[in-house]
Amino acid sequence: MKKSVLLGAVAVAGLTAAAASAATLDDVKARGSLNCGVSSGLTGFSEPDANGVWQGFDVAVCRAIGAAVLEDPTAVEFVPLTTQVRFTALSSGEIDILSRNTTWTFSRDTDLNLNFIGVNYYDGQGFMVPKELGVTSAKDLDGATVCIQTGTTTELNLADFFRSNNINYEPVPIETNAEAQQQYLAGACDVYTTDASGLAATRATFEDPSAHVILPEIISKEPLGPVVRHGDDNWMDIARWTLNALIAAEELGVTSANVEELAAAPTNNPEINRLLGTEGDLGAMIGLDKQWAVRAIAAGGNYGEIFERNIGESTPIGLARGLNAQWTEGGLMYAPPFR
Amino acid sequence: MSDTHAQTVRYVRDSMIQPSEPPNAQTGAVKWMRENLFSDWVNGLMTVIAIYIIYSVLAAIAPWFYHSVWNAGSLNECREVIAINSPNAMHGGGCFAVISDRWLQLLFGFYRADLHWRPILAFVLLFVALGPILFPNRFPRPLMWLAAAYPFLVVWLLWGGSFWVPILAALGFVIGGIVGYFGNKVGGLGVAVAAAVVSAVVWWVYLMPVVNDGLHATVAEARLETIAEQTEADLIAIPEAQEAIETRMAELNARVAELDAQLEEIVAVEETDAVKAEFNAIMDELETVRAELRILSRDAYYYSQKSTDAKTIASNLEMLPEWKAAAAEGDEIAQRNLSDAYGRLGLVGLEPVTSREFGGFMLAIIIGVAGIGLSLPLGVLLALGRQSDLLVVKVACIVFIEVIRGVPLIVWLFTASLLLNYFLPPGTNFDLVLRVVIMVTLFSAAYIAEVVRGGLAALPKGQYEAADALGLDYWKSMRLIVLPQALKISIPGIVNTFIGLFKDTTLVGIIGLLDPINLSNSIRASSDWNGVYWELFIFIGLVFFVCCFSMGRYSLWLEKQLQRGHR
Repeated sequence: MKKSVLLGAVAVAGLTAAAASAATLDDVKARGSLNCGVSSGLTGFSEPDANGVWQGFDVAVCRAIGAAVLEDPTAVEFVPLTTQVRFTALSSGEIDILSRNTTWTFSRDTDLNLNFIGVNYYDGQGFMVPKELGVTSAKDLDGATVCIQTGTTTELNLADFFRSNNINYEPVPIETNAEAQQQYLAGACDVYTTDASGLAATRATFEDPSAHVILPEIISKEPLGPVVRHGDDNWMDIARWTLNALIAAEELGVTSANVEELAAAPTNNPEINRLLGTEGDLGAMIGLDKQWAVRAIAAGGNYGEIFERNIGESTPIGLARGLNAQWTEGGLMYAPPFR
Repeated sequence: MSDTHAQTVRYVRDSMIQPSEPPNAQTGAVKWMRENLFSDWVNGLMTVIAIYIIYSVLAAIAPWFYHSVWNAGSLNECREVIAINSPNAMHGGGCFAVISDRWLQLLFGFYRADLHWRPILAFVLLFVALGPILFPNRFPRPLMWLAAAYPFLVVWLLWGGSFWVPILAALGFVIGGIVGYFGNKVGGLGVAVAAAVVSAVVWWVYLMPVVNDGLHATVAEARLETIAEQTEADLIAIPEAQEAIETRMAELNARVAELDAQLEEIVAVEETDAVKAEFNAIMDELETVRAELRILSRDAYYYSQKSTDAKTIASNLEMLPEWKAAAAEGDEIAQRNLSDAYGRLGLVGLEPVTSREFGGFMLAIIIGVAGIGLSLPLGVLLALGRQSDLLVVKVACIVFIEVIRGVPLIVWLFTASLLLNYFLPPGTNFDLVLRVVIMVTLFSAAYIAEVVRGGLAALPKGQYEAADALGLDYWKSMRLIVLPQALKISIPGIVNTFIGLFKDTTLVGIIGLLDPINLSNSIRASSDWNGVYWELFIFIGLVFFVCCFSMGRYSLWLEKQLQRGHR
């Protein structure tokens, strides 16, 4: 009896949550700000500067959506979230979109009632070891102690990798990336494993980066992307196509510098015209005006510009485009046609 | 007897010998050491071992502090400075430049810099308000009123808003008090309490928002034109100011890049004293340039906020007639928009600040002080309730205490931040900091209740009986006889709980509030400071220690003050 009452309460709670999310766009417009869940600190992806203004690669996605929906890239309230509470915060309606280096997996997409709107960064799990160990391949790591962040997909990938290669390891569980750096540098573990982007960012901060090598093996697929709730397809469309607009803009050569000019009058490229609203009215189909994509691109530039400014080779993190290059340049970034 | 003097010796000393110095071994530092450090061989051995341990710890730590760097733009620059200035440092040095860059953020979170005077004033007023409560016999009685007004004042100072909001909120208590007073005359204590609570809640929930909105709307309507003019002027002036700042920042940034390039060259050259001097000269210039840049970027942020505000107000002014029409027809969204717009246009008072901008030690102190201030009275009531003869009250108190105490604080915080959202109607805006304060208060009230219950149990039964014999009713006997003694006994326990509560405020990091610890993670996320670890924790630990230690000292002092010499 007690149990059924409890289940009933949970079901009612679920229903109200669904009702709350029925029209996220209206909620956001009435509120005048977009609530965006980000990591409380991940180098290059989301970090507050000295004034408390959020910067980074994941942050830029939210700013673009804020610009598309509210005509103001600064009208975004950033909600810093921990790994443990990020999905609950999204499904409870505390945030409208989660842009927090979250890996797209089957169970998260289906069982947790979330929708991944696309991929903004293709990552993969790698290993970093001190050079003096002389290890050149992850398969030489038999018996190594491995620093690993708990509660993430990296922990599971690690177990899979070592089991399938029939070698042993000893895990050293740690909570945050900062702690991992300390443990690794203090020699508490031989190997540090996390997403390759994180390894590069971490290694860049070492006193002597050249004393550490990132092994060539990438043992997992980590497609990171923004997430919205199940049940509001219109909102999902807005988020998905804003991200696609940023990617397509790079492919079409639309940048933050020339977007105003290109949007002023129709060009001779019909796809650019449709994207920027000088031909047809794609915005109306997702409940926005014609200029939505122009504002999204003007907010922080196209995908390539955002990448270069936050994590690209000119920054201390220095990530190469790799898998994240446009499909025309051998990468995986491929926006469906704007038609 | 008289013979004695007749046969005195020929020589009598007529002045006292100066007492000679005690032997060296019996005086001063040597004596102290012999007594305390080397009184026997076991003690001596222990002393030697202890000295060795202290030495080796200091030898490891002191150089790190000695070689620490306070002026640098990033961790890598810190390393360069240490490499040039103290090449022989074994363990390098501390990079405390991160503190000089971000200390304001660690103290105030994202609270806008030009508004920092508000939390500072609130903090100073805290001591003014605490004075009459903590040292009742040294302050004039009227100052008690300041203490009573303080909670309303501080909420207004921190969150901003129109000046009448705290007055309206306080009015709820006045209304409750008046209703309770008459209720007591008509129907006795039970009726009075119920009527007071109901009338106050009705005022806060239903009447106050109406009055508040009405005031805002009146003020807004009265000055629509001035606001329109002002906004127009702002929208022209702000971009100009922004442009000036941007040009200056570009200049300074170019200079920083230049200096950085020079540094790179110097680092590559072999180290000599001349090179060192040049290096340090460049670092000094960098510091002045960076200091100016820091102020400029603060200004730039200020203007970007101003510009967003001005744009919002302009669009509100534009939409106002449309919303008014729609609201008159009963459109709920338009009504909400209209009341928001009036709130913005009719604001007379301090600029509003959202809870999201709170952080750092400011947040810890807000949660800590509010939790401490509210949980003590609540805890005392719970403790009395648990001892009560009324079954319902007793059971309710026991259940409350055991349930709250039996579940970890993190779970309660989690409930406050996330699960409540499932149950509250959509669109409810229940402030996160307020929710956390409530949860922390309830949590520590349960602990305080048990501490106070210990004090109550320690009182001899005769005290209760004496109070009854004097003919005092329950509340009077508690107030005049039992509680003063019981609370005095419980002081160490209560302060202990408070110190625990204050340190527990760092747990709010788990629900995404930027407490000092979580903020240190965010600071570390910037590529300048990624890898800085101990320096941030040392700073945070030091501030926490100062706060907690002074609370502990105060409790000792209070115990001495209240010593009545019995038992």
